[in-house]
Amino acid sequence: MGGSNRARRWVVGVPTLWLVLLFLIPFLVVLKISFSVARLSIPPYAPLLVLRHGWPMLKVHLSSYAYLFTNPLYVRSYLYSLQVAAICTVLCLLIGYPMAYAIARAGAWRNVLLMLIVLPFWTSFLLRVYAWIGLLQNNGLINHVLLALGVISHPIVMLQTDFSLYVGIVYSYLPFMILPLYANLEKHDPALLEAASDLGARPFAAFRRITLPQSLPGIAAGSLLVFIPAVGEYVIPTLLGRTDQIMIGRVLSNEFFENRNWPLASAVAVVVLLMLVVPIVLLQRVERRELEAE
Amino acid sequence: MAESRSQEATPAPGYLHLEGLSKRFGEFLAVDAVSLEIARGEIFCLLGGSGSGKTTLLRMLAGFERPSAGRIWLDGQDLSAIAPHDRPVNMMFQSYALFPHMSVEKNVAFGLEQERLPRREIRARVDEMLEIVQMGRYAGRRPHQLSGGQRQRVALARALVKRPKLLLLDEPLAALDRKLRERTQFELLNIQQRLGVTFIVVTHDQDEAMTLATRMGVMDHGRIVQVGAPAQIYESPANRFVADFIGSVNLIEGRVAETGSGTVLIRSEAPACAIRAVCTPPCAVDDTVWVALRPERIQLQQAPHDGAAAENAISGRVRDIAYMGDVSICLVEAGAALMRVTVPNSSGVLAHIARHDEVRLGWNASAPVILLK
Repeated sequence: MGGSNRARRWVVGVPTLWLVLLFLIPFLVVLKISFSVARLSIPPYAPLLVLRHGWPMLKVHLSSYAYLFTNPLYVRSYLYSLQVAAICTVLCLLIGYPMAYAIARAGAWRNVLLMLIVLPFWTSFLLRVYAWIGLLQNNGLINHVLLALGVISHPIVMLQTDFSLYVGIVYSYLPFMILPLYANLEKHDPALLEAASDLGARPFAAFRRITLPQSLPGIAAGSLLVFIPAVGEYVIPTLLGRTDQIMIGRVLSNEFFENRNWPLASAVAVVVLLMLVVPIVLLQRVERRELEAE
Repeated sequence: MAESRSQEATPAPGYLHLEGLSKRFGEFLAVDAVSLEIARGEIFCLLGGSGSGKTTLLRMLAGFERPSAGRIWLDGQDLSAIAPHDRPVNMMFQSYALFPHMSVEKNVAFGLEQERLPRREIRARVDEMLEIVQMGRYAGRRPHQLSGGQRQRVALARALVKRPKLLLLDEPLAALDRKLRERTQFELLNIQQRLGVTFIVVTHDQDEAMTLATRMGVMDHGRIVQVGAPAQIYESPANRFVADFIGSVNLIEGRVAETGSGTVLIRSEAPACAIRAVCTPPCAVDDTVWVALRPERIQLQQAPHDGAAAENAISGRVRDIAYMGDVSICLVEAGAALMRVTVPNSSGVLAHIARHDEVRLGWNASAPVILLK
């Protein structure tokens, strides 16, 4: 008994320690900085605790937050990020669901197909996004082929548009949609579809009433796994995205590295996190329910 | 109402008609040219071991497998080209295949909703069916909140609520424990008689087949080897496989020594004895045959001292006695053969017989069944 208890303490303790060290403490540091103001010093912000007449005093500034919510640049970037993430999530779902469904029913080919889904991870993410520049730019492969075929007479501008941004994000995040969906769909009992058919349901009705409702946890898990990181995505919008409208991840980096306004950058990060708290809690709920179902 | 029901119950020949039905999976012939007539209102049991083709046959009736050859006629309609979702046939799955995300009520309503019936009619028929299977109280529960027996009832209700012309039951009681299985068998019979639906039951459990079936078909290697009423199959098995598969049996190999005057005499070496039997099959002197002797048709006696060799009698030594409650099973060594004998405990015969005692086994000439090789 004592042994199993100790084992349990380890099993729970290690991830907890991990989260405290690598998530909670950094978050508290960021939170602290966000309540400060920028100044030219090292570090480039005013300390939160100051000594005045020998007494420690807490100086909390909310100016960064006030600035965020009054300046339309930031508000627009937040909304744009949410919009991009939402559209990409829907696109990933529309493309990923049929793929996951097909893989779950592929029989002997299943493992090969799963391997192909995971294979891109063996190449650097950055390299793969760069490759899309080569494909999409004005004198890139796609335009060359279309011009050669005579389909178009002038190159189509695809790079640095919403289109290229969506392509980049959907391409990069598709596996995160497919894998949880596959894990769900693979568990479905084929006898249920036979039963539905036996009871008079045509294939589409059987899908809509049996497969789809049962795959909702997979849809939720996949969607959140795409949506959450897509909101804060930095690399793909920087390489492929528009220049006139930037996503919030880019705003954050600009504030840190170009404007050296650490408090404002921290406030941007804290607000992103708060926006994602609801989906993150939802994701945990879904995962817990999936575990309980097994 | 009572009249129409009794009319439905009178068997109309050829209600379900299978003609040379075969199914081939690659090289493997799962079902081999099965032809069968099943009357309306029958409970027909397909009995066979695993791999005998019984489930494949059932799945062809449901439409999940396409026959490689042959035809299926139901009530004058050729089912061969009809998709499963359009067949007037419903199936109760071995795993029950209840929809886990739907309540009991929704599960039962599913089939009627596919027919796009008015909501009120669906509701009335679902309620009625749930009452019949005594699950009305559990209408709002999910399948995982039910016991095995309750799930079985829901599965039955879900299949029956569509008022199918044919209900297919795949090992309907296999997932239930022994006590519950016995009770459910009788309930199933009751419901079947009440609704007059034709049942085809697939099972590997001969007791299940015996209690449920009006007629049964024994399957082996994709073929139906014998069709008949349970008693007929038990008392006069058509061949060695059926005799061995249904119930327990002593199989004795022997040679025909005499024929004539309605009986035959067979001499066997293991156990060494002369078997006189009322002859049924046409057999000639010197034919090698199998003699099937049911253990309950053999009488056990304490060995008489003279030990004179007689027809239909052998002597041996008790190797083991297993007490089963209502009967005891004795294994008796008779020469090179091991004979199985069941003795009712109420007969008191075993009061004077113990292990290693010398005993005498005897039987009537009506007991042995001669099976041609």
